Amino acid sequence: MSEIELRGVSHWYGNVVAVNDISMTIGPGVTGLLGPNGAGKTTILNMIAGFLMPSRGKITVAGQSTWRNPAMFRQVGVVPERDSVYAFLTGTEFVAVTARLHGLPDADAAAQRAIDLVEMSEAQERRISTYSKGMRQRIKVAAALVHDPEVLLLDEPFNGMDPRQRLHMMDLLRAEGDRGRVIVFSSHILEEVERLSGVIQVIVGGRLAASGDFRAIRRLMTNRPHVFLVHSSDDRALGAALIGRPAVSGVELTAHGLQVRASDYGTFTREVAGLSRDHGIRLRQVLPEDESLESVFNYLLAS
Amino acid sequence: MTGGRSAMDNERTGQPMFGLLNGDIIWLTLRAAMSRRRALLFALPAIILIGISALLKAKAHGSNLWPPEILGTVGYLILALTALIVGGSVLGADIDDGSILHLLATPVKRRTVVLSKYLVAVVLTVVFAAVPEYLAGAIATGPSSGLAVGLFVGALAGAVIYNALFVMLTVVFSPGQALAIGLLYVLLWEGLLANLVPGVSLLSAGHYSLAVANSIAHNSALHAYLNLGTGIGMGLVVTVASLGFASVVLSGFNVTGDVT
Repeated sequence: MSEIELRGVSHWYGNVVAVNDISMTIGPGVTGLLGPNGAGKTTILNMIAGFLMPSRGKITVAGQSTWRNPAMFRQVGVVPERDSVYAFLTGTEFVAVTARLHGLPDADAAAQRAIDLVEMSEAQERRISTYSKGMRQRIKVAAALVHDPEVLLLDEPFNGMDPRQRLHMMDLLRAEGDRGRVIVFSSHILEEVERLSGVIQVIVGGRLAASGDFRAIRRLMTNRPHVFLVHSSDDRALGAALIGRPAVSGVELTAHGLQVRASDYGTFTREVAGLSRDHGIRLRQVLPEDESLESVFNYLLAS
Repeated sequence: MTGGRSAMDNERTGQPMFGLLNGDIIWLTLRAAMSRRRALLFALPAIILIGISALLKAKAHGSNLWPPEILGTVGYLILALTALIVGGSVLGADIDDGSILHLLATPVKRRTVVLSKYLVAVVLTVVFAAVPEYLAGAIATGPSSGLAVGLFVGALAGAVIYNALFVMLTVVFSPGQALAIGLLYVLLWEGLLANLVPGVSLLSAGHYSLAVANSIAHNSALHAYLNLGTGIGMGLVVTVASLGFASVVLSGFNVTGDVT
C-alpha cells in the first residue's frame, strides 16, 4: 500500500522559511492541503513530487525517497498548478506522448481511457491552445492518470473551472480515492476541501496548523471567537447592553465603531438586532471583521 | 484505468527510459521549436550570409581574399549566435514556461532528456547555420573547394560543441541569465579576447571549430590558432563535460517560483 511520509520537513528560499518542520502521513483516499495563498502548499507538493529538495527532513512515497528518483513516477502522477502544457499539441497527442514517456506499450489505448475518464473526448482532437482553463486542467489530469498511478498529486486543481466542471472533477477524484489511490490536492478554498476530502492538513505560514478529520477541524473553526464591527445610532449604549450577554466576550469602542468579540457566533447574530430594538437604538451595520480564511487559519495555528 | 494495476505494470516495457535518446522528446522538442515564431528568426541570419556571399562574389571580380575573412568571422559568428538561440531554447523554453514539469514527472532519465533535446539543437543549428555556411562557401569558391567543405565541417563541429555549452548554461542558470552569459561569451570572450590574448583561444569553441575547418581548408586567412588535435580534443572535453554536468544538474532540478 502506498503512503506518503513527511518527517520533519522544512524548506527555505534564502532567508524565507516556506515550510517549517512538517511531519505527516498521507494514506489512500483523498486528502486536502488547505491553506491561504503563500502558506507553503505548493512547496510541500513540489517536495513530495521530487521537484524541490527539502532543506531538512525526509520525504518518502511508498517507502522510496522522492528526491533524484525519476523511477518513482511509475507510481506517481502530478498535475502542476501552472497552466503550462504543450499548447501546440492536441489533447490526444499530449496524453498519448505522456503515456509513451511512461513506457506504456499501448499508449494510444491508455490515452483514450484517460481522456474518456475526464470527459474530454469531444475536444480531444483540438489543439490545447484552444482549450479553456478548465479543459486544460482536465487534460492535465488525464495525462497524470494515464499510467494508472497509485499516488496523484494535484496543485489547486479547481482553479479556472466552472461549477459543473468542478463537480465533475470532485466526483472523479473522490471515485479514484475510493479505489485506493492516494490523492493529495491543495486548495485555499474551504468549501472545495469540505466537499471532497474527509482528511485535511491545514497549512499556515509554512507550518501544519491542524491535521485530521475535516468535521472536527470545521467544528473548531465554527466555535472560535468572532469579531464584528458594529455601527449604530448609539454605539456606547449598544456596547453597554451587549457586554452583559453570555454570547459576547468583549466590547471595545473604537474610532471605527463598536468592536464586539462574540464567543457564540449564532446566538450573537440572532440577539443583536432584538437587543438594539429593545434599547431604541438604530442598527446600521454588523460587519464580521475576521471572516477571511487567513484569520480562520491564524486562529487554528494559535489554538 | 481502473483495476488491473499489476497487469498494467507487467505490460510496461520501460524501453524508452533506458536509451540515451527518446524519440518522443525529440519529436516534442522539434515541434515546439518549429511552432515558435523564433523559428523564422533562425533562417534570417543564414539568408543574410548567403546574400552577402552572392553580392561579394558578383562585385569582387574573382578576388579570393574576402571568402575566408567573411565566412570565417561573420559566418562563424552566425553559427555561434544560432547555437545560442537554439541551444538556449530547447530546454530553456520548457524551463521558462514550466512545461518541463511534464517531462520530469515521467520516469525518463534526466540524461535522456538532456541528450534528446541537445540532438535537436545540433540538427537545427546544422540546418540553419552549418548548411548556409557551406552554401555561402560554395557560392564564393565553388562547391568542392577546400574552403567551403572545411568551413562546413568546422561548422558541424561548432554546432556540436556550442550547443552542449549553451544547453548546459540554461540548466545551470535561468534561461535569461544563460542567454546573457552566452552572449558575453560569444561577443566578448570569443569575438574580442580570443583574437587579442594568446591562450584564450584554448577556451574558445569558435577556435575549436576553426581548427577543424583549417585542417581541410589550409587557409591562413581563417586565423585558426589551434591545431586539429587540440581543437578536437578540447571540443570533446567541453562537449562531454557540459552534457554530463547538465544531466546531473537536471536530475536535481529545483522548481523555482513564489512561496505558495
